[in-house]
Amino acid sequence: MNTRGFRSQLKDSVPVTGLCPQAGAYDVQDTLRSGFSSVKNELLPSHVLELSEKNFQLNQDKMNFSTLRNIQGLHAPLKLQMEYRAARQIQRLPFLQSSNLALDTLRGNDESIGFEDILCDPSQSEMMGEPHMMVEYKLGFM
Amino acid sequence: MLNSRPCLPPSGGFCFENTRRNAVLEGSLSEQGLSAPKARKTGTTIAGIIFKDGVILGADTRATDDMVVADKNCMKIHYIAPNIYCCGAGVAADAEVTTQMMSSNVELHSLSTGRPPLVVTVTRQLKQMLFRYQGHIGSSLIVGGVDVTGAHLYSVYPHGSYDKLPFLTMGSGAAAAVSVFEDRYKSNMELEEARCLVRDAITAGIFCDLGSGSNVDLCIITQAGVTYHRGFDQPVQKGKKEGQYKYKPGTTAVLTETITPLPLDVVEESVHLMDTQ
Repeated sequence: MNTRGFRSQLKDSVPVTGLCPQAGAYDVQDTLRSGFSSVKNELLPSHVLELSEKNFQLNQDKMNFSTLRNIQGLHAPLKLQMEYRAARQIQRLPFLQSSNLALDTLRGNDESIGFEDILCDPSQSEMMGEPHMMVEYKLGFM
Repeated sequence: MLNSRPCLPPSGGFCFENTRRNAVLEGSLSEQGLSAPKARKTGTTIAGIIFKDGVILGADTRATDDMVVADKNCMKIHYIAPNIYCCGAGVAADAEVTTQMMSSNVELHSLSTGRPPLVVTVTRQLKQMLFRYQGHIGSSLIVGGVDVTGAHLYSVYPHGSYDKLPFLTMGSGAAAAVSVFEDRYKSNMELEEARCLVRDAITAGIFCDLGSGSNVDLCIITQAGVTYHRGFDQPVQKGKKEGQYKYKPGTTAVLTETITPLPLDVVEESVHLMDTQ
């Protein structure tokens, strides 16, 4: 739950990240796993809420930081961002799911239940990721 | 479920991967003149009122699936906290899940602050969540309760706006119910009078709106506690059958009787010995 009033928020732009092209092995469309491809699929979101939901946590953080900056000065968001970065580095090995407990506590998500806790629980997902690809992505080879 | 980002770990929350497929399916269905199944709405009359000692919430008990009654006795008054209850209208599943999430959030919040929850907390969390989903969660709710600051009644609309008023109605039967309130509401009513008023408002919704029906549920919240009357009033009783539609045996007279034996010949005969060792 956020308690910011309207006065303490600066105007911030919503980042529009593109929906990444689905390249499989050998940089060719992996039709078996991800379906047929079309330019429209990759450029436009399929649902009105898709982009706003993808960037929701990012936008919340941005709003909180800009509010903090307005109220307490520049040092407050800087210190908090350092703590976020430190908490984000406490992860398991690349393929294993991490609970992100420290990050959740910093953000205040440990005291609330939203749809991300109820729907699509990652620990019960039907698809397994590809361990090699995930390790390479994490270590920066890809 | 397709994984469109195989390099990143799966995340929770809503997954939009089937929206394109659904749009194509609906398009091809509408070409043939059919339509995709719709979410079940409650087609409701819900009402709330503030009286001298607290809040009374009332609701009907019919859930409709387009033009068919899906549930004759569903519960539309949901528990949020020991002193806060919430009536839900709109899409039945959305109202149910939203109120359950709010109940959990309010419990966590009050454990963290160490104080009993306020009605305004529930309203704020509800409106922030509904605004985040831009009205796609189709639930309109009336939140009422008695907390340390007094008795409060709020209504929250699917897109995230809210109202704070002494009497409120929502749902398809809202117009019928609010007409009763507008006529007879006074501030600081006694319990009996207020109970009658809410009962009459919901009954007006039941009789004047096709989407509402069956019984009236009431929930009375005061500083002392909560009384939940499920099936407080049944204005629509099932009628008694006037006549019998069964016929006595021997009613129809037998005129003629003909017996034709069917001739059957043995065509083929084969004997298999069973192995019973």
